[in-house]
Amino acid sequence: MLNANIAAAETAGKAVAASGWFLENAWLIWLFPAVSFLLILLFGKRFPRGGSEIGIAAVGASFVFSLLTAIQWISEVEGGAGGALTQSITWLTNDGQAIGAGIMIDGLAVMMIFVVTVVSLLVHIYSTDYVAGDRRYTHFFAFLSLFTASMLFFVTASTTLQMLVGWELVGVCSFVLIGHWWEEKDNSDAALKAFFTNRVGDMGLIIGVSILFFGAGTFSVIGVNEAAITGSMSHTVTLAAALCLTAAVISKSGQFFLHTWLPDAMAGPTPVSALIHAATMVVAGIFMVARLYGVFFEGFSIGGSSINTLALIGGLTTLVGATLAFVQNDIKRVLAYSTVSQLGYMVLALGVGAWTAALFHLFTHAFFKACLFLGSGSVSHAVHSFDMKKDMGGLRKAMPHTYRTFMIGTVALAGLPIMSGFWSKDEILVGTGGWGLFGGTGGNGAYTVMLAMGMVTAALTGAYMTRVVYLTFFGEFRGHGTPHESGPRITVPLWILGGLAIVAGFINFPAGFQLVPASWEEKFLHWVEPVGVSYFPTIKHATPSWTLAIVSVIVALIGIGAAYYYYFVRVRAVSPVATELPDGPTSRSAVARLGHRILVNKYYLDWLYTTVIVGFVKGPLAKAAYWTNQNVIDRVVNEAGTRSVQAGNIVYHKVDQLVVDGIVNATGKISDSSGEELRRIQTGKVQQYAAIMFAAATILAGIFIIVI
Amino acid sequence: MIAEHVAFGIIAAVMVASALRVVTTRDIMHAALYLVIVLAGVAALFLLVGAEFTGITQVLIYIGAVIVLFLFGIMLTRTDFDQDEETDHKRKFPAILTALLLLAVMIGALVDRFEDVKLDANLPGGQTPQTTAQVSDELFSQYIVPFEAVSVLLLAALIGAIVIARREEGG
Amino acid sequence: MYLNEMLLLGAVLFCIGVYGVLARRNGVLVLMSIELILNAVNINLVAFGAFHDTVQGQIFALFVITVAAAEVGIGLAIVLLLYRNRRSIDLDQVDLMKG
Repeated sequence: MLNANIAAAETAGKAVAASGWFLENAWLIWLFPAVSFLLILLFGKRFPRGGSEIGIAAVGASFVFSLLTAIQWISEVEGGAGGALTQSITWLTNDGQAIGAGIMIDGLAVMMIFVVTVVSLLVHIYSTDYVAGDRRYTHFFAFLSLFTASMLFFVTASTTLQMLVGWELVGVCSFVLIGHWWEEKDNSDAALKAFFTNRVGDMGLIIGVSILFFGAGTFSVIGVNEAAITGSMSHTVTLAAALCLTAAVISKSGQFFLHTWLPDAMAGPTPVSALIHAATMVVAGIFMVARLYGVFFEGFSIGGSSINTLALIGGLTTLVGATLAFVQNDIKRVLAYSTVSQLGYMVLALGVGAWTAALFHLFTHAFFKACLFLGSGSVSHAVHSFDMKKDMGGLRKAMPHTYRTFMIGTVALAGLPIMSGFWSKDEILVGTGGWGLFGGTGGNGAYTVMLAMGMVTAALTGAYMTRVVYLTFFGEFRGHGTPHESGPRITVPLWILGGLAIVAGFINFPAGFQLVPASWEEKFLHWVEPVGVSYFPTIKHATPSWTLAIVSVIVALIGIGAAYYYYFVRVRAVSPVATELPDGPTSRSAVARLGHRILVNKYYLDWLYTTVIVGFVKGPLAKAAYWTNQNVIDRVVNEAGTRSVQAGNIVYHKVDQLVVDGIVNATGKISDSSGEELRRIQTGKVQQYAAIMFAAATILAGIFIIVI
Repeated sequence: MIAEHVAFGIIAAVMVASALRVVTTRDIMHAALYLVIVLAGVAALFLLVGAEFTGITQVLIYIGAVIVLFLFGIMLTRTDFDQDEETDHKRKFPAILTALLLLAVMIGALVDRFEDVKLDANLPGGQTPQTTAQVSDELFSQYIVPFEAVSVLLLAALIGAIVIARREEGG
Repeated sequence: MYLNEMLLLGAVLFCIGVYGVLARRNGVLVLMSIELILNAVNINLVAFGAFHDTVQGQIFALFVITVAAAEVGIGLAIVLLLYRNRRSIDLDQVDLMKG
């Protein structure tokens, strides 16, 4: 029994709650793929296309609904209503505490629904070609549906408990899909790694949700946020919860020091990678922070600060991801590290209070990253490999559609003007508020360090993407056979995503942009960011600055230019099939060599986890003991041994024979006889056992009677 | 009312005495016959409190069937040692102790809880006899499923007993 | 009649039965003692049924009687098998579980 519970009732005098059929029935959007999952699993094999048509139909329906939901939401917002619409049913009642389940529809949820359904639909279509003929084709589509359904359930959740459920479901689906080809050990290892790494963070989420429940007395997202913002939950509790939730973000969204599972997750089929990286899995962490922003904003005291845990993690991640992307030869791994880096941007933005900028970047990133991933899948479909150095090169003529869309994605990722990535990245940099030197104002604090990190990453991003483009599409083909362009079921989704990667940025022109009518400015902010509601903290918006935009573009161009000079000029001059300079910096400079080695070894993080932390428990502890034994103890023993022999002889006759042997023998005898005594209890006679049982039960009963 | 008490007292005394003989006599045949007395006493008690059907069933099944089974068992397993003093363990003390302890606990609990509760307390005119019709109504309506289950149990026990006790081919 | 008269009689019979189960060496005698225990339980059931003026006590007693009959059948079959294998029904000799 649904009871419409309009948030505006609680926030009377503030924003009016939106209403509308599609908003109220948004739960249908996740229901379609959820039902599709069951249908495909049960009947998929009987369908002519192995169940893929069910998945596409369901996700297509979800997409149509999400589009209509978005339109209705926008019209409501434009009409002046901006409050979240929540509907809930009582899920279970425990000790008078009713725990609800339902949907919470606001700008954030609508935006996420849209992104997830668009990317998921295109991935579904793409997959019908990409995994055609796979032995677990039906199974693949079933879990693709469940993956989509879980993420949609997660983003529309109205309680933290539901979010937990969706979060775990997403994790399980990613495990299944990453390990889709589990017969190869690498793939199943990668799936396990993803799953276990995520378990670390899941504990953080469970603890965080529990803390919030005990702090705020409710699981409701709105209630929790309100408790944090109004201060009815003490700051210490809020901080503790925010830290626990941050742990969840670190693992789920591949943030620094638990990001290692993300590149390995490339073992899964490419469409899954696209889905994981663009729309579902990894953005769950970002969404969670955005959803519970009151907790984070108050917990970390984001306003008026210059550094905090969230921003620092984001900043480090963005740098680490970007640097690691340089040394990868696997095209998908480059993109994976690029995702790590871009997610770092989003976390950084959330950390500095640029809420809208983070979600805007999530929005644009979803399209260009999906475009890049599907593009890399198209390439590997043609050359049957992911290794850029061995099997690619010169593909721009053979695969014109893939090449062009990949270029669009690259430029958008590098953040060059008019592409979507430019607008969102620039907004994040603006939001740091650390740009006093560029003549801007506003913002929630002075995060100068974060601005610097973002700038450096902008340069690095341009550079590593230039490297990928050269190695893949320029020079001469280094692989075997003749690569061909992929079919329309692959290229059409690519072009759609490419188109979105160009235009997605236009929905949020900065304020005071002047080149477009003022009514076009900051549409995204207007539609997505909750204003005048009790569950969202009051955040300040920085005013954009032309100077900063120009500087960041110049920085990105410097990165691209450097890489261009190295690859397109120097390397190409060596040979069209060369992939690096024979006398490159790594062969000339020891420092460069060291840096290269560190990057190839991924900052030794995997080594730290598997060899040091895990291995410490099983191997090296023993090895260390053995080494100590051989080198230290043995020497001491040998030295001491010879001299001890003489002393030992004396001791043997005087002490050992008389005292020690006596004690030892006595101990043995005592053990022997006591064992003999105890053995008698174990007679094998059932009646004695029964007697003991009866007596014991009687004594216990007597105790109960006396006590009660 | 006095008559009831007297009747109960006599039956109870006979039952306790017989029960003690059941567990102490050295002749296994005598033990079986004393058991008949105890079971008959139980049946009499059932009649005394108005549980007619159960009392009759007690007589039919226990005295009519179970005791006969016991007698068969005794005949088939008769050995010399039944007659000598080895029917009991040498050391009876733990068994006596356990039984007495149990008795003390139970008597303590019962006296404490039901000190002088009258059996017919809730019925001013004495208890109404629970008729056989009532028993059958309950048994075949509310307790029909357990009833069926028990009938299956009996069948299983029948087959089980045959399988266990069956002489192997040529054995 | 007092309820306790019946209950105490049941308790005494129960304890006698327990003693018999623990002290007897003969398998058939142990089974007889078990019958004593079950009858003590039946007395309690019927007494409580009369006390509450319902027939449910009787019905449970009937079930117990039935189950007891089944138990005697199986128990005697086991004793018979024991006798056939060992020419004795002395339970003290059945100690294969001895540790």
